[in-house]
Amino acid sequence: MTRSARRTRRTLQAAGVGAAALLALSACSSGSHSDSTKSDSSASTSSSPKLSGTITVFAAASLQESFSTLGKEFEKQHPGTKVTFSFGGSDSLAAGITGGAPADVFAAASPKTMAIVTDKGDGVGTPATFVRNQLEIATLPGNPDKVASLKDLTKSSLKVVLCDKTVPCGAAAQKALDAGKLKLTPVSYEQDVKSALNKVVLKEADAAVVYRTDVKAAGGKVEGVDFPESADAINDYPITLLKDAPNAAGAKAFVALVQSAEGQKVLTEAGFLKP
Amino acid sequence: MSDAAAETLESGPRRRRVRKGVRRGVPLPLLLPALLGLAFLLLPLVALLVRAPWSTLPDQLTSTEVWQALRLSLLCATAATAASLVIGVPLAWLLARTDFPGRGFVRALVTLPLVLPPVVGGVALLLALGRNGIVGQWLDSWFGITLPFTTTGVIVAETFVAMPFLVISVEGTLRAADPRYEEAATTLGASRFTAFRRVTLPLIAPGIAAGAVLAWARALGEFGATITFAGNFPGRTQTMPLAVYLALQNNPEAAIALSLVLLAVSITVLAALRERWVSPA
Repeated sequence: MTRSARRTRRTLQAAGVGAAALLALSACSSGSHSDSTKSDSSASTSSSPKLSGTITVFAAASLQESFSTLGKEFEKQHPGTKVTFSFGGSDSLAAGITGGAPADVFAAASPKTMAIVTDKGDGVGTPATFVRNQLEIATLPGNPDKVASLKDLTKSSLKVVLCDKTVPCGAAAQKALDAGKLKLTPVSYEQDVKSALNKVVLKEADAAVVYRTDVKAAGGKVEGVDFPESADAINDYPITLLKDAPNAAGAKAFVALVQSAEGQKVLTEAGFLKP
Repeated sequence: MSDAAAETLESGPRRRRVRKGVRRGVPLPLLLPALLGLAFLLLPLVALLVRAPWSTLPDQLTSTEVWQALRLSLLCATAATAASLVIGVPLAWLLARTDFPGRGFVRALVTLPLVLPPVVGGVALLLALGRNGIVGQWLDSWFGITLPFTTTGVIVAETFVAMPFLVISVEGTLRAADPRYEEAATTLGASRFTAFRRVTLPLIAPGIAAGAVLAWARALGEFGATITFAGNFPGRTQTMPLAVYLALQNNPEAAIALSLVLLAVSITVLAALRERWVSPA
């Protein structure tokens, strides 16, 4: 008798814990929901939108430095907002967006990766090209292997890393190699441009074909070598608002900042070309 | 022997008690979360099977790149397990059977790769064994050995990540094993190494086997340390997880097909382990 009573009490206790957990969960979800509706309504009612909340930007790895700067600038211009970034290979970001990742803005390093998103109808309107980027060879500081051209990279004594062909920088490198009728066997196909660059920064590879902006961002840790074939493989960078953006007003304002004279200044200073 | 006998004696009443519990019914506050937990673990696997491109699967799986990656994965995981056995079992013995100051600290260090993000492990390996690493630069200048971007590099990365599983498993088994058998052997004139070889090793063989299977499975699925330390080149350092990750970017169907292969291998490993998991340790 007493034992069964104790058992009942335990069951009730456990049920109580379960109920509390459920309450907490529902409180959580309703909280975030009201948050997002608030930012939406405030944006639509007033004529000059008072932006708030978090803006989530998925951007190509090569945009890391300049977009981080622009994000800070945006937060300064619109107090109460927060810009969070997810930088990575454009393809995996695109795969994330089509898979339902909650993002507001997508900035890709190539129209092809942007098409993954727009073809699925996840973008809003036509993506706008906001910058272009040219390839450059990154060598060890001081260029000890005397790399002067793309052809020099095909020497078998050199350890060269390229981006994987599925990522824009890899596709562009392939295009440049094709333009120069060169065949290059790298030691590794890296998953994004920053990994390729880092292999040279860490001195594991002798050279990498990366963007001019990455060479600039690495400071003195690598030395850049221009090559003429890169003119045949200039990447357009498209940017778009996303259909399921949790913070559409903030997203629009961020894209506007990127395309503004101020945004373009930050981007060209980082080594990007004007569209 | 006597332990086993005691266990059979004990298991009698224990089993009866369990059966009585079943008759009373499983308490709902336990059953519901348990079922939820089960569903949570199984759902992603089911989704993988449901969305698998079954019609194009034969084409996807017969491409040379898939077999290259699979062969490389199996080869490297096996080599990493072998390396883990050679250096991991003695390490486990050291941790379980000897007493030295700071042993607890060393034990914690050994398990560090278990909690370290594998990418961090890969960077750490580069800094240690890379061409410019603190040890790697000597390997390069004295022996002309460079590990990054080589198949050996893959094995090194996988060993780094997988060996702790083996060490922990073997150490646990050693602690559970009765040291008196070894003491008896040494009393009868065997050296400590002979005692280890002839008495301890056979005694803990099941633990070593289980640890080796765990390490092998971990090595097979290793991604972060491998791509960071050894890079990605088809046929040389591109293992299955790397192939899955890169295929996901431009050909999700191929990625699913590759994942199915890995899933099949994992299930085979689990089936091999079942014996041990079902019988109480």
